[in-house]
Amino acid sequence: MANNSVGNTWRILWAGLRALLVLTVVCGVLYPLAVTGIAQVAFPGKANGSEIQDASGKVVGSELIGQRYDLPLKDGEETAAPDLKWFQPRPSNGLGSNSVNTRYKLILSGATNRSGDNADLIRWVKDAKAAVIKGNSTAGHQVKPSDIPADAVTSSGSGLDPHISPEYAKLQVHRVAEKNHLTVAQVDRLVADHTDDRVLGFIGEPRVNVLRLNVALKELTQG
Amino acid sequence: MSPVLAGVLQLLALLVALGLSYRPLGDHMARVYSSEKHLRAEKWIYKAIGADPSVQMRWPAYLRGVLAFSVVSVLFLYLLQRIQGSLPGSLGFVSIDPDQAFNTAASFVANTNWQSYYGEQAMGHVVQTGGLAVQNFVSAAVGIAVAVALVRGFARSRTGELGNFWADLVRGTVRILLPISVIGALVLVACGAIQNFSGIHEVGQFIGGPQQWNGGAVASQEVIKELGTNGGGYFNANSAHPFENPDGLSNLFEIYLILVIPFALTRTFGRMVGSVKQGYAILGTMATIWLLFTGLMLWTEFAHNAPALDLAGGAMEGKETRFGIGGSSIFAVATTMTSTGAVNSFHSSYTGFGGGITMLGMQLGEIAPGGVGSGLYGMLIMAVIAVFIAGLMVGRTPEYLGKKIGTREIKFAACYILVTPALVLCFTAAAMALDTPSHSMTNSGAHGFSEILYAYTSGANNNGSAFAGLNADTQWFNSTIGIAMLLGRFLPMVFVLALAGSLAEQTPVPETSGTLRTEKPLFTGLLVGTIMIIAGLTYFPALALGPLAEGLAA
Repeated sequence: MANNSVGNTWRILWAGLRALLVLTVVCGVLYPLAVTGIAQVAFPGKANGSEIQDASGKVVGSELIGQRYDLPLKDGEETAAPDLKWFQPRPSNGLGSNSVNTRYKLILSGATNRSGDNADLIRWVKDAKAAVIKGNSTAGHQVKPSDIPADAVTSSGSGLDPHISPEYAKLQVHRVAEKNHLTVAQVDRLVADHTDDRVLGFIGEPRVNVLRLNVALKELTQG
Repeated sequence: MSPVLAGVLQLLALLVALGLSYRPLGDHMARVYSSEKHLRAEKWIYKAIGADPSVQMRWPAYLRGVLAFSVVSVLFLYLLQRIQGSLPGSLGFVSIDPDQAFNTAASFVANTNWQSYYGEQAMGHVVQTGGLAVQNFVSAAVGIAVAVALVRGFARSRTGELGNFWADLVRGTVRILLPISVIGALVLVACGAIQNFSGIHEVGQFIGGPQQWNGGAVASQEVIKELGTNGGGYFNANSAHPFENPDGLSNLFEIYLILVIPFALTRTFGRMVGSVKQGYAILGTMATIWLLFTGLMLWTEFAHNAPALDLAGGAMEGKETRFGIGGSSIFAVATTMTSTGAVNSFHSSYTGFGGGITMLGMQLGEIAPGGVGSGLYGMLIMAVIAVFIAGLMVGRTPEYLGKKIGTREIKFAACYILVTPALVLCFTAAAMALDTPSHSMTNSGAHGFSEILYAYTSGANNNGSAFAGLNADTQWFNSTIGIAMLLGRFLPMVFVLALAGSLAEQTPVPETSGTLRTEKPLFTGLLVGTIMIIAGLTYFPALALGPLAEGLAA
């Protein structure tokens, strides 16, 4: 009886292993290969990361992955200062760099995970607010604290948010116009052209893709 | 249009989509698990397994199948991670340490998908696609199989036979999860989710210089991660990562995928027990609680009562611009009231009450609508308890669906509802009492406690989301959460199958004028009340120390 039950246990484990291996072939090999094959034929651009090119045809990143638009790091600085010539993305205080397999230089997506009553977060929001006011106020245009939308002073969930709210884009218009020697009306139109509304009017939120906007801005200033 | 109105309209659109799929999918699943026929591909698979799919199993045999398959799965996934460094197609990533490999293996087999690793820097193609994503399918299929076995226990009489585990496992995978996943993955790619095998490669940047991306089979994993209520992201940021969840439409679609099977299974249940109205009563219970929680979440997040969020002028910390507060709040409730645990925004930075809602959603036992399969069997256990309480009130032997709920049955149900609270509260207390676990907290005070309470709540209930400030990659957390996930998954299954076996052996009792009408709204009300009281009384003291304290202080 005891022998029988041990034999039975092995037999059922063996069946379990065979089931796992077969289902691994189906769900872990055939399925992803089939989906990849169809996706690469039907939506090659999207399946490979929605890369976008500048006017010269150079790939400048992905429509979906937020980037930093900073000045080169100066000696003695810990973090690079934003290049105010370009539209600025949201803060990304939760991003990390890889701590294992360090021969790669990967950006680790992530959020700050600070709670609403966390002292660091309160300080970051305060500092970000002050920086937004300072950076975006020009001679003829003073930014008020109440003008600043929440996305301008908070980090996103991924840290790679490619978008800002239309309000934050508009808030940056005067500064960007001044730094690039353009008129406010020109930059305003640029922002309006790159503002995406909700899908079907109610799905998602209105947003501006910062990379697309900056690519267009670059074309306008250099074209 | 105001963001609040847009959020409500998205919720309505979701309701319509779920409503439209309810009958066809529910009926399809009922046919899948009732049919005598085997597809040709399935016959081939049974041959490879060496199992005869027409053999009926009693509950111990069914359970042995579940456990054997899961034990083998844990070992296989553990081994795969431990030898990753020597496997081709792993991007040259090193092998995973033993404690983390155990935690991850337990996590994915238990349908939890708690992740103490960073996907993009730790797991290569072979482990992600050939290991983790496979468990997303099969752990979901195991969950549905156990639920179907319980339903058969109600539907069958004077037999102890609950079906064939191998047939249920294979059919759930091949006839339900795979077809929806193929279509869903392509929808996600059409929205912008990536699907390639380019590995780590460099792409130009606007200000010059390269950035490194990790490309992989993301869409195909994303879809089953939601559909199977698994939740383990390809990337660390999970469904907040634009490559996993690129826009508002994909976001709504992913929420739909999370909810569609758990809700539709109530139709399957109704069909299989011969009264779709019984399914509607269960559906009504699930939908009531889910909508209540979603409404509360939208309210607290739009009100943003927390010092830092107030200062910012909105609860956008940890949330993506394209989803906003509406799309994030709906996702957060859907993911924590099922056993999914995918996140499109980071719950740790929600308002105090918002974080509390995500936690309570899991603590209810993830039954509204719950994980695939586990939601239905969890809810049916609560229905048994509710019938029992009603029976006590009028002094009758309780019955549900023509089956007597006697001593034996109520013992199994009671054991079931004790497992996860015991795991959550004991492990949380131990972690708080010991010296080192609290070093993992990012936040202090009430929220620091919440990080640990959330971790064990999420692990034992097989959710997998986190207050991710907690550094869970320590030997303590990897081991204890790993144990909590395995016990929280498989012990309840033991009681469910034992209950199913006991019910299937019974001779049905005829319905009389004194029978509690379990297909009526009155029963739905009783069931909602039972769930809230049981979970509320169990967890209220712990919640008072964490999210309630934080929320009330704001």
